[in-house]
Amino acid sequence: MAMNKPGLSNSRGTWKLLVVVAGMFCFGFVLVPMYNAICQLVNLNGKDSAMLVSAKDVVEREDTTRTVKVEFVTTVNGGRVFTFRAEQPSVQVHPGKLYTVDFVARNERDEAVIGQAVPSVAPWNAARHLRKTECFCFSQQPFAANEEKRMPVRFMLDPELPADVEVVTLSYTFFDATALAGGKAVEELQKQAVVAAPKS
Amino acid sequence: MANTHAHHDHGHDHAHDHEHHGPDKGVMRWIKTTNHKDLGTLYLWFSFIMFFIGGLMSLVIRAELFQPGMQFIDPEFYNQMITLHALVMIFGGVMPGFVGLANWMVPMMIGCSDLALPRVNNWGFWILPFAFSMLLSTLFLPGGGPAGGWTLYPPLVLQGGASFPLTIFAIHMLGISSITGAINVVVTIMNMRAPGMTLLKMPLFVWTWLITAYLLIAVMPVLAGAVTMLLTDKYFGTSFFNAAGGGDPVMFEHIFWFFGHPEVYIMILPAFGIVSTIIPTFARKRLFGYDSMVYAVASIAFLSFIVWAHHMFTVGIPLAGELFFMFSTMLIAVPTGVKVFNWLATMWRGSMTYETPMLFAIGFVFLFTIGGFSGIMLALAPVDFQYHNSYFVVAHFHYVLVPGAIFSIIAAIYYWIPKWTGVMYDERLGKIHFWLSAIFINVTFFPQHFVGLAGMPRRIPDYAVQFTDFNVISTYGAFLYFIAQFIMIYNFLRCAIWRKGMVPATAQVWEGAQGLEWTVPSPAPYHTFEDPPHVGDEPAAAH
Repeated sequence: MAMNKPGLSNSRGTWKLLVVVAGMFCFGFVLVPMYNAICQLVNLNGKDSAMLVSAKDVVEREDTTRTVKVEFVTTVNGGRVFTFRAEQPSVQVHPGKLYTVDFVARNERDEAVIGQAVPSVAPWNAARHLRKTECFCFSQQPFAANEEKRMPVRFMLDPELPADVEVVTLSYTFFDATALAGGKAVEELQKQAVVAAPKS
Repeated sequence: MANTHAHHDHGHDHAHDHEHHGPDKGVMRWIKTTNHKDLGTLYLWFSFIMFFIGGLMSLVIRAELFQPGMQFIDPEFYNQMITLHALVMIFGGVMPGFVGLANWMVPMMIGCSDLALPRVNNWGFWILPFAFSMLLSTLFLPGGGPAGGWTLYPPLVLQGGASFPLTIFAIHMLGISSITGAINVVVTIMNMRAPGMTLLKMPLFVWTWLITAYLLIAVMPVLAGAVTMLLTDKYFGTSFFNAAGGGDPVMFEHIFWFFGHPEVYIMILPAFGIVSTIIPTFARKRLFGYDSMVYAVASIAFLSFIVWAHHMFTVGIPLAGELFFMFSTMLIAVPTGVKVFNWLATMWRGSMTYETPMLFAIGFVFLFTIGGFSGIMLALAPVDFQYHNSYFVVAHFHYVLVPGAIFSIIAAIYYWIPKWTGVMYDERLGKIHFWLSAIFINVTFFPQHFVGLAGMPRRIPDYAVQFTDFNVISTYGAFLYFIAQFIMIYNFLRCAIWRKGMVPATAQVWEGAQGLEWTVPSPAPYHTFEDPPHVGDEPAAAH
C-alpha cells in the first residue's frame, strides 16, 4: 500500500497503465469486426451475407395466398455522377417465387467511373427472409463515359417472412467508388467493360 | 489560480524554502517546471483562457440566434463556431481545469511531495497550447475551421477541407495529454499516499479523480483509434466508415459514443468530488455516507461503458437494443440519486454558513439535478425520438456542464485559492458573482428546454419566428452571464497578482475544513510534504 520512496514501483505502475492504453487503442479497432459480426447476426444495415444465394440452391415454393408489396428506393450518394432508378417503383410479389427487377444506372460524366451500390432492407425483420440470386450490388460496376446500364436483381422473399410484414422496402444507394477502386483496378475494370459491352 | 509564483517572485520569503531551492526565475520557470503546484497553476490559467475563447464563441452563436433570419455571420461560420465552441470548452476548458485542480490538490490531499511522473506532467501540459494553437489556427485557413460538429460524424466530417487533418492531429495531441495526466494521477494515488492513508480514508476528490483517471485511460485511446480511422478513410483509401467500400458510418457513432459517454462522466466525477469536499466544510458535519459515495462513483463509472447507444436511439437499432440502453441509462439515476441525497443529508441540521464556495456547491446540487432530470427524460427511447437533436438536448447538457462541471471548478477555486495565494478573496464580490451567475445561467438555458420541446432543432443558425421570444431571453442571459464572470476574474487576479490590501489567509482558512492540505501554511510552500505526514486512525476523511 502506501509507500513513500516509490521509484521502481512507479515505473512499473506506469508501464502497466501504458499497456492498458495500447490495449484500448487496439480495442477501438477490434470494435470494427465486432460491429460487422453483430450486424450480420441481427441482419442490420443490409449486411446479411445470407442474402446472396446461388440460383441452384433456391427452392421455389410459391405461396399464392399471400401478396407482399416490395418497394424500391434508389439514392445517389452525393454529387451528380450517376442517375439511378428502378424500372418500376414497386412490385406485388408472392413469397416463395423468384422475381426479376431491372435497375437502370447512367454515368453522367464524360469519363469512366466505377459505381458501387449498397443495399439496405426494411423492416429489419424482413431482411433475413430476402434471398437474392443475382444483384448488381455484389460487385463494383464499371461504367464507360456516359454509359447507361440495365442491371437486374433477381430475388425471392422466403415463405417464412413474418406474417405482419406487408411491405418490404429494398433500398440501394449508389456510390462513386472510382477513388476506392484505385488506379489499376479502374483500368482493368474499364477494359472488361469494353469487352463486355458488346455482349450485353 | 496562479499564485505561489507571485509569492516567490516577490522574493521576500526565500527563508521559507530553507532546505529546498525555490523555482527558477522568469519565463523559463514555467517552461521547465516539474512542480505540481506550478503545473496546476499553468493548467488553470490555460483552462481559464480557453473558457474565455470558448465563451466568446458562444456569444457569437447567441448573437446570431438573437433574432430569426441571418444576422451577423454565414451559416458556414456558425457551424465552425458550434464545433469549436464544443471542442474548446470540453478539451480546453473543463478537462484541463480539473487536471489543474488534481495537480494542485491530489499530492497535498494524500500527503506526498509531487506527482509520480513530474516530467511527464510538464510534457502533458505543454502539449496543450500547441494542440489548441493548431486547432484554432484552422479558423484562418481557406474554408475555415472544422464545421461538422464536435462529434465528428462521417461522412460530413470527411468533407471538411484543410481543417480536417489539423483537427484530427489536435485531438490526438489532446488525447496524449489527457492520458499522460491520467496515468500520473493513478500512479501517484496508488503508490504515494502518506503512511496510514488507506484507500477508504482518501478525500472524495482524490477518489473521484482516481476513477476519472481510469476512465480516461480506458476511453481516450478509443477516441484516438476512431479519429485515426477517419484520417485513413480520407487519405489512405480505407473504408471503415465509407459505405461504398463496405464500411458503415453508423459504426463511427458506436465507437465515438463508446468514448463519448464515459467522457461526459470524466467531466462530472471530479465535480462530485469537489462538492463532496466543500459541503461538509460549510455544513460543519462529516460527509454523510462516505462509503456509499465511493461506491456510487464507481458504479456510475462502470455504467458509463454500457449506455453509449442512448446517444443514437434514432439511428435504427433493434428494439432489444433500445430497451437495453434505455434501462441501463435509467439505472444511472440510482447511484446519482444516492449522491444527491447524501449531499442533502450532509447539509441536514448542519451548522451551515454560505460563503462563496458553499453557494456554488449548493447551486451545483440544485442545478445539476435539474440537468439530471432532463437526462432521464432523454433516456426514454420512445420520447427521445422527439427530443433528439432539438434544443432540449442543448439545455440538458449545458445544465450538467455549466452549473455542473464549471460551477464546481469555480467553487473549487474559491475554496482553495486562499491556500494557494495566502490571501482571502473578496467575499462580497464572490457572493455577487454567484448570484449573477446562478440567475443568468438559468435565464440562458432554461428557455432552451421550451424551444426544444416545441421543435427548435439544434445546430441551425436560423429558426422559425415562434421561437423568437425565448431565444431573445436566452441571448440576454448568455451575455449577462459572460459579463458577470469578470467579477470572478477581478477577484482571482486580486488574489493572484494585485494583492495589496487583501486579507491574509490562515493555514486553516475555513473553520470546518478538514484534510492534509489545511495543515500546511497559506500560501502553500513551493514544496510540501517532503517528509510524509502520518495519517492517524480517525475515521474516514470528513470529506
